[in-house]
Amino acid sequence: MNTRSIPDRLQSPLERKLKSWESLLLLVAIGIFVANSFASPYFLNAWNLSDATFNFTEKAMIAFAMALLIISGEIDLSVASIIALASTAMGAAAQVGIGTEGLVLIGLATGLVCGAFNGVLVTALGLPSIVVTIGTMSLFRGISFIILGDQAYRGYPSDFAFFGQGYVWWVISFEFVLFAIIAVIYGVFLHMTNFGRTVYAIGNNPTGALFSGIRVGRVKFILFLLTGLMSGIAAICLTSRLGSTRPSIATGWELEIVTMVVLGGVNILGGSGSIPGVVIAAFVMGLVTFGLGLLNVPGIVMSIVIGGLLISVIALPRLWTMWSAR
Amino acid sequence: MTKLLASREALLMLAIAVLLGIIAWRFPAFVAPSNLFSVFNDTSPLILLAIGQMIVILTKCIDLSVAANLALTGMVVSLINIAAPGLSVFFIVLIAIGFGTLLGMFNGILVWKLAIPPIVVTLGTMTIFRGIIFLLTEGKWVNSHEMSDSFKSVPRTDLLGLPILSWIAISAVILFTIVMTRTSLGRAFYAAGGNPHAATYAGINVGKTQFWAFTISGAIAGLTGYLWVSRFAVAYVDVAAGFELTVVAACVIGGVSIMGGIGTVFGALLGALFLGIIANALPVVNISPFAQMAISGGAIIIAVILNAQANRTPGRIILKKAEHAT
Repeated sequence: MNTRSIPDRLQSPLERKLKSWESLLLLVAIGIFVANSFASPYFLNAWNLSDATFNFTEKAMIAFAMALLIISGEIDLSVASIIALASTAMGAAAQVGIGTEGLVLIGLATGLVCGAFNGVLVTALGLPSIVVTIGTMSLFRGISFIILGDQAYRGYPSDFAFFGQGYVWWVISFEFVLFAIIAVIYGVFLHMTNFGRTVYAIGNNPTGALFSGIRVGRVKFILFLLTGLMSGIAAICLTSRLGSTRPSIATGWELEIVTMVVLGGVNILGGSGSIPGVVIAAFVMGLVTFGLGLLNVPGIVMSIVIGGLLISVIALPRLWTMWSAR
Repeated sequence: MTKLLASREALLMLAIAVLLGIIAWRFPAFVAPSNLFSVFNDTSPLILLAIGQMIVILTKCIDLSVAANLALTGMVVSLINIAAPGLSVFFIVLIAIGFGTLLGMFNGILVWKLAIPPIVVTLGTMTIFRGIIFLLTEGKWVNSHEMSDSFKSVPRTDLLGLPILSWIAISAVILFTIVMTRTSLGRAFYAAGGNPHAATYAGINVGKTQFWAFTISGAIAGLTGYLWVSRFAVAYVDVAAGFELTVVAACVIGGVSIMGGIGTVFGALLGALFLGIIANALPVVNISPFAQMAISGGAIIIAVILNAQANRTPGRIILKKAEHAT
């Protein structure tokens, strides 16, 4: 159905870079930035811009792990529910007087356990990840609902607030620094290590990868663990920022995170994508949300924009090739 | 006979019987015919949507926009009802089906003509449809007193002892059983999902078949939109929020393979009934309704595990598949 032809002349590396998804997206990001600064006088303010980063840092941390998972041909729709469960676990621990270090450990451990649960179901039992994680999405958040009902946990230790509300230097928040560090780690991990190459190999041809000696199941399991861990980290940041836990925390984030990953040029069918693309997509989504927020556009209208963006960034290049092929 | 016993529909019927047996042991009133009819009536919207979703999943696609389509169509017909209270319900139903069909076709066109992965398309349209409701109403609700009496009465009107809502679900089950087993379009749905390449060589246009699947799913969602809004006599932005996952869950529990090509209308019906019985039984057996989410999540996971076991082909495996390797 897809016919591929071999071009007569290869594009030069520079040309390829200029025509790449990432540069297109960067152009979009710059365009939105400029449009925003014209649309609202409050946009170009260091503190406002710093606030804007909170719109995407937590989601983006998960998006990096999700990008790897999607490149390998799997998906995890339970990430937002892992946040809810991890946050509930931390809330329950805070009630009995466990200190900040303990809370962080509990948040990370909950994320890891949830990720391992998904990973075992997908890799050991060979189940399709989209169904498994739709199931665990209800299960994890459902456990939070059983524990909390319509109640909320408050009363976190005061130094716990640093993760979501602290600033490292001037307007640079702790969350933003964490986001940047995680981005670099994932970028190196995916693009410069052996493990990263195996992720692409698995996404392109799992059976071929297996016969090339790659432990497909183990790699996928690790990716699910990482996604769980990142959800745990995001849960710590979000809980600390909000200072309270409700079972409905982070509802709908899984879709925004998948949107971010796809917008970043990761092929939803697996096999290709890059971390820089996801980073730029995170900024695009954060800037759109923040700019519209400054213009008093309600949240649900922003979601139209995000939804439209998701479809159009994929549709437009395809329409373009269809047009130019005529 | 053994084939019948081994079929997953029989297994699921057994599970439902056991479930009802356990409930009846403690609360005999639950299995009184009148109550079972009311459970069926309550589950009817889920049954309708599950049939549409099943057809989409058969073709290797997924429709996450059904609940948003339902909410948007419900709001549109409510607004039409306010603007023209005299308009006969017959036309309201036609408009609901027509409008839902258009929304479904929009999904279908993007999947067929632009070959955008269905999960991306419907993630996008899901947020767009809900956003449009907000644009139409600015977040206001349409309440019971604003709807005309005839608009509200249709789903509740009794016909031969059952409400019309139940009859619509029953007719849909019969109609689509015939479509799926006795028409060439029905065979095409199975073929397109079971083996797209073979289907193409057999002269089936896979993309077009997927387009029709989305169209049917949209039409059903539109009809259910009217039924939902008139039954609960209220329309607002978040009607049936998150219901798309319950619908997918019903299909998975009903033995519909997420990889496409496997599934029956009867299975989808049973899957929906299973979830419907659980939802209706929880308050009766004094389990907090907050537990419902975790239980349906657990049910999905158990269902996929059982389905995967049933699908294991017996015999010696010479070349393992990567998905099953660890």
